Amino acid sequence: MNLIEVNDLTFSYGSEPVLYNVNFSVAKGDFLALIGSNGTGKSTLLRLLLRELTPASGTIRLFGEDIHHFKDWPKIGYVPQVGLRSVNDFPATVEEIVRANLFSQIGLFRFPQKEHFAKTQQALEMVGMEQYAKRMIGNLSGGQQQRVLLARVLVNDPELMFLDEPTSGVDANTVTSLYTLLGELNKKTGLTVVMVTHDLGRAARQVHRTLCLEEGTLVELDKAQVDEELRHKHKHPDRQCRLMAE
Amino acid sequence: MLAILEYDFMRRAFIVGILLAAIIPCIGIIVVLKRLSMIGDALSHTSLAGVAAGLIIGINPILGAVVTCIVAAFGIELIRKRIPKYAEMSIAIVMSAGIGLAGVLSGFVKNNANFNSFLFGSIVAISDFELILVACISCIVLLTFILLYKELFFISLDERAARLAGIPVGPINFIFTILTAVTVSIAARTVGALIVSSLMVVPVACAMQVGKSYFQTVVYSILFAILFTVSGLFISYYARLKPGGTIVLIGVICLVLLLAGKKILTLFRQSPGQA
Repeated sequence: MNLIEVNDLTFSYGSEPVLYNVNFSVAKGDFLALIGSNGTGKSTLLRLLLRELTPASGTIRLFGEDIHHFKDWPKIGYVPQVGLRSVNDFPATVEEIVRANLFSQIGLFRFPQKEHFAKTQQALEMVGMEQYAKRMIGNLSGGQQQRVLLARVLVNDPELMFLDEPTSGVDANTVTSLYTLLGELNKKTGLTVVMVTHDLGRAARQVHRTLCLEEGTLVELDKAQVDEELRHKHKHPDRQCRLMAE
Repeated sequence: MLAILEYDFMRRAFIVGILLAAIIPCIGIIVVLKRLSMIGDALSHTSLAGVAAGLIIGINPILGAVVTCIVAAFGIELIRKRIPKYAEMSIAIVMSAGIGLAGVLSGFVKNNANFNSFLFGSIVAISDFELILVACISCIVLLTFILLYKELFFISLDERAARLAGIPVGPINFIFTILTAVTVSIAARTVGALIVSSLMVVPVACAMQVGKSYFQTVVYSILFAILFTVSGLFISYYARLKPGGTIVLIGVICLVLLLAGKKILTLFRQSPGQA
């Protein structure tokens, strides 16, 4: 079953068009990278998939259901682009931040039980951050904070995970280990990953499919095109998806 | 018994002060973490319009303040949604409108002393009705805060993620807006409309310097607020100062000392390594 099906999606901010007739699908277990230059609408596409924006036309189906009727949002995890900034000054420990996402399992007006504390610990172990459980999030490095945000999503056992440039502001070594971790999660648990990234070079080893968004149009790149794209990106880091422009 | 507690009005002041000190930081911590610290200021100033209206039409001014604060709080939310790119403008618009309305209405108030008591508060002049009102509202705010503890935490941390996790963000924000409006309006009576937002923010700022978790920060915020209120009442009584202003000034002095102490501690910890 396709977890995401997007058909003829068009979106504009006022009179400024951003996406035209975008079509793609994501199957269970896919690890998909969404690339494109700045301002091409990658984050907008994610916001449409999270129903934060309404398309001008076209349809989005999540888990086989029209997005307007879709209610099972806890199946979807989201690691934001601005995550680092939002948590940096927040006075909370790592375990408090991870446990927050167990809401759907704990329920309204209820308090966490032993099993929820155990799940938090497990999620932190999955990302190798269990020893930092009692530390304040603001005292961690950027890479560690991003792992915590990943654990916050994983604690809820999502089937589909969106990541919006998860490695922005993270050093090179940490970026590689984060992508490796995502690759392992994808292989071991069958977690479907859709990731917006500017860093295809480091992510390419883990990613199964690469979609490129340029001038409002979405195209899937094959292996040879990805290699070409990486060579081009190396020479012109500010431009992506050269193949599409040609 | 201490001489100060022999007076009925002082006993009431301590009861009301401690109750408010317990609930204001509960609202304050969420407001601060949502980066909306100025909302307290806007609502408390707007509450003055309700106070004036209450005095003019002959209803309890606190009730007038509560109604005005709720309308103002939803007005802020409405404007924020209409112009999300300049969200902070909504606070300025509502605050200006509130002050303007309060200014116009105050001209029609016959007993100006009563109206002025809301500017700087009059915790020592609490009536029976106000004592019961504060007690009831404090119970409601505390209970709601405890029941929605994890939801409010998550919403203030990351509203988008909270929505994805299944938290009913809209209804909880609605409840919180009402709680904020009600708390601000009753607090305006005690510490004064001009400084109520300080009492929302300063104990939280102090707690953030010493708290080692969100839970600790909440607990310390309440403890700091109670400490400032109790010591403020004692000092103001014996030094013949205005209680509201004294309470807030003690809080600000404590915050400055904590910040200075933290800086000195950091320098002290760094110096052996540098040597």
